[in-house]
Amino acid sequence: MGVVIETVALKKTYGKHEAVRGLNLSVRAGSVCAFLGQNGAGKSSTIKMLLGMIHPTSGTGSIFGHRIDREKESLLIRQKAAFVAEDKRLYDYMSVAQIIRFTKAFFPRWNHDLERRLLEQFELPTERRIGQLSKGMRTKLALLLGFTRGCELLILDEPTEGLDPAAIEDVLQIVVSLAAEGTTVFFSSHQIAEVEQVADHVLMIDRGKLVLDAPMDQVKEQYRHIQAVFPEPVEERDFRVPGIEKVRTEGRTVSLVASHNVDSILEHVRMLRAGSIDVLPVSLKEIFLEKVKSR
Amino acid sequence: MCYICSTVFRKPNPSSGVPIYVQVKEQIRHAIETGALSPGDQLPGIRSLAETLVINPNTVIKVYRELEQEGVLEIRHGLGAFVAPRRRGQSKTEEIRDAQQMVREFVETLKEQGLGEGEIRRLVEAELAGEFQRR
Repeated sequence: MGVVIETVALKKTYGKHEAVRGLNLSVRAGSVCAFLGQNGAGKSSTIKMLLGMIHPTSGTGSIFGHRIDREKESLLIRQKAAFVAEDKRLYDYMSVAQIIRFTKAFFPRWNHDLERRLLEQFELPTERRIGQLSKGMRTKLALLLGFTRGCELLILDEPTEGLDPAAIEDVLQIVVSLAAEGTTVFFSSHQIAEVEQVADHVLMIDRGKLVLDAPMDQVKEQYRHIQAVFPEPVEERDFRVPGIEKVRTEGRTVSLVASHNVDSILEHVRMLRAGSIDVLPVSLKEIFLEKVKSR
Repeated sequence: MCYICSTVFRKPNPSSGVPIYVQVKEQIRHAIETGALSPGDQLPGIRSLAETLVINPNTVIKVYRELEQEGVLEIRHGLGAFVAPRRRGQSKTEEIRDAQQMVREFVETLKEQGLGEGEIRRLVEAELAGEFQRR
């Protein structure tokens, strides 16, 4: 399968602040790729660079083979990719029906069936002015406009922020059906549970750098939490084995987080004469907290 | 939406640490063991199941492909996924019943040795997690 989004050593600095520090991303066609990170980790800056809304300080990238840092090619990107921004900015003076009519005039591949389905599902008041919509309604409308464009790539910045659980499930369901039709989805989120549910690939950034880039199943299958008790007190330096991401020792007990190589790690732990060894799965939330807090 | 989707399948728990495809595979196996699905029954289409469970379509593809390799399902190209004919020998239901008896006796033995329910559960889960890792 081809690569839809690719960046090479992508960098963005604002004055002295380095928001994005040499990002190498690659998103495959047909994937639902989640982009995780804390507030200020560099997610929105990355997305804005992908869409040509801000210019990289250095490095480059491409979407569908079009360079993101060349204005003409960036236009082609914006034709093929739908983007729903974090602030969901829309024309306040238009009504819901007006903005839908206005938007669809630009997109020949507009999905009329999906438009009808979403209007009903989201219970959007078609005659109300956008300026008078609640935050949740506004988000739903922005998503409707993005989803129905009939695009090959959907880029969503915090798509479910401010939505109630029922609406979130609706949104995720549409993401799933668009993915089934072959649309590539790239979305940033703080909601780890929803990411685990629909994404097949996870990218995690912290302070402008990639800290995790792996298929979701691999994350779940290879990350393990290992706890062991030894006859004698142990120290952190007893546990220098590839695959160990984090070590915490306390007297005769140790708690390890392993990202891979669990067999060899267990072998090592047994060699240190562990009396009891527990191997437990690790949730994406724990991995996230581990990755962003360990520095 | 197909009728099977709503009765046989439950939404997987994304945060459990067990990959979603493993959870859905277990649901299908369970449905076959309990007789909710019989040999020859058709499973939902990829898109339909992905939408019902709100999971990634590639996950459904992985589930069907692996169950086909394990001989549980048959993929007929252009038609979809079907429950494979039962293999010879002891039926799955009987196997499960026997296994249940073994587990019961095993748990009794551990309890007699003074282990609590929580301890037993933890041991079994740790063993399975380790087992899964070794595979």
